Amino acid sequence: MLIELKNVSHIYDDDLKGTEALKDINLRISDQEFIGLVGHTGSGKSTLVQMLNGLIKPSSGSVIIDGVNITGEKTSLLGIRRKIGLVFQYPEHQLFEETVYGDVAFGPRNLGLSEEEVELRVKEALELVGLDYEEFKDRSPFNLSGGQQRKVAIAGVLAMKPEVLILDEPSAGLDPQGRQQLISLLEYLYNNKGMTIILVSHRMEEIARLSNRVIVMSEGEIVFDDSPARVFSEVEKIRELGLDLPEITEILWRLNGKGLRVRTDIFSLAEAVEEISRELRGSSKC
Amino acid sequence: MLRNITIGQYMARDSIIHNMDPRIKIVITIMMITALFFIDSFSGYGLFFLSVLVIISLSRIPLLRIIKGLRPVLFLVMLTLILHVFFTRGGEVIWQWGFISIEAEGLYTGFFMVTRIVLLIIFTSLLTLTTSPLELTDGIEYLLSPLKRVGVPASELAMMMTIALRFIPTLLEEADKIMKAQMARGADFESGNIVKRARNLIPLLVPLFISAFRRADDLALAMESRCYHGGEGRTRLYELKVKGTDFAALGVALLLCMVFIYF
Ligand SMILES: Nc1ncnc2c1ncn2[C@@H]1O[C@H](COP(=O)(O)OP(=O)(O)O)[C@@H](O)[C@H]1O
Ligand SMILES: [Mg+2]
Repeated sequence: MLIELKNVSHIYDDDLKGTEALKDINLRISDQEFIGLVGHTGSGKSTLVQMLNGLIKPSSGSVIIDGVNITGEKTSLLGIRRKIGLVFQYPEHQLFEETVYGDVAFGPRNLGLSEEEVELRVKEALELVGLDYEEFKDRSPFNLSGGQQRKVAIAGVLAMKPEVLILDEPSAGLDPQGRQQLISLLEYLYNNKGMTIILVSHRMEEIARLSNRVIVMSEGEIVFDDSPARVFSEVEKIRELGLDLPEITEILWRLNGKGLRVRTDIFSLAEAVEEISRELRGSSKC
Repeated sequence: MLRNITIGQYMARDSIIHNMDPRIKIVITIMMITALFFIDSFSGYGLFFLSVLVIISLSRIPLLRIIKGLRPVLFLVMLTLILHVFFTRGGEVIWQWGFISIEAEGLYTGFFMVTRIVLLIIFTSLLTLTTSPLELTDGIEYLLSPLKRVGVPASELAMMMTIALRFIPTLLEEADKIMKAQMARGADFESGNIVKRARNLIPLLVPLFISAFRRADDLALAMESRCYHGGEGRTRLYELKVKGTDFAALGVALLLCMVFIYF
């Protein structure tokens, strides 16, 4: 599945000042990418991701999905929404059914699937997010904890079996354990289910660890679009944009500043430990 | 989508009319509208229309905006006109076709009523166009405060109105978000017959109500923790003050009302 944005600009209708939420965006997203989308609040991330499945139509420019221009009048958006799943920010606010089962089944039922197929998908989706099907299917989503509600909401999107999964700040407000589970889920979906994933997040650790491409936005424009290693080596610029560096990168850079010649393009804890101890051993030998 | 429904139609401008005291504006509006019902000739309407024009030009609200504001009542206006024209009897028969006829009396009453409705709408919309919702509630609270003696909870009513006004845009935004989230799961809000459409609204309405209750809860808690305990003894940040222009406007309005009522 290929998603292309060509010269996409967007101004919200009710924006009296007429500021461009997106300015002349050009982007290509292909299969098997794990994209981290970062930028300060109001930089246009949410607007951009909603554009990718036709929830917002651009003021100008075109969004092309598998060669079909979805900005044209007569396109079936249902087909696109099946292929591109979008998990909104605070997705638990969209729960509405009496049972967890009913809520997760909402998407598949809208696709017109048979009830057996729906059940299979609900089962699979709940297991994916780590909720036991038998235990949770008949419970009311409103009596669950915040973290469990979010899992149900994410399952609701997974049950549509999208090829591309977009998540808008999915870890906001989760506890460390919940964040860890989410990271594992995304890793699993990417590695084992072959999904393309677009993750919007403010947590640079997540972005650095998971993604193989990082897009940095500011004021409605794409300022960087590159590998995590390259993007996070632009330390000054990243700070200027009001963003954090991943903690590991931060430490490696500081060590570097103190004269320890460690590599700074490392994003996993184990590798960082390895690198630092290697370097320390090396320097103690001299 | 839903966000561009504007609530209240306040248009911020720096004009004499905007800067008037909301209480005076409300009183003048009530006076003028009452007087409107005493007008019994088109020349009276002419004078009323003239004063409306003066207010509009003083308020710096574009005329087009006011005309647009009439669109929602177009149906009512047309209906009134048609009913009167075809069904009010009396006077010279102007046009006849079978049993349908248009008579002079009907034509006259029809246009008379329509003029009244249009002037009524324009005048009240001038109030809401030039007075922000908050000023309006403030004004209403003051005007109702004499009724506190007989047990009307004026401050509470005003607080309720203020809160409602404050939260309408928030709820619309929320509705927009939920709607999009459900559309991302393949929900369809735009097609099907009425029954189907109403049923399709459940995934929107349930989360919306839940969020409204949650917000109400949070707000109550926040107000309580800041020691809100009703209107008793509360002072305000901006005191309303009646100025010279307000008295002048009130004087002119009184004069006009006399003219409308006695001539
Ligand atoms: N529904 C909307 N109506 C009007 N303006 C909006 C709407 N949603 C977002 N905006 C504006 O568009 C800009 C980009 O917002 P958004 O895409 O939400 O950024 P981010 O997700 O990066 O925080 C902001 O200036 C925001 O105020
Ligand atoms: Mg956002």
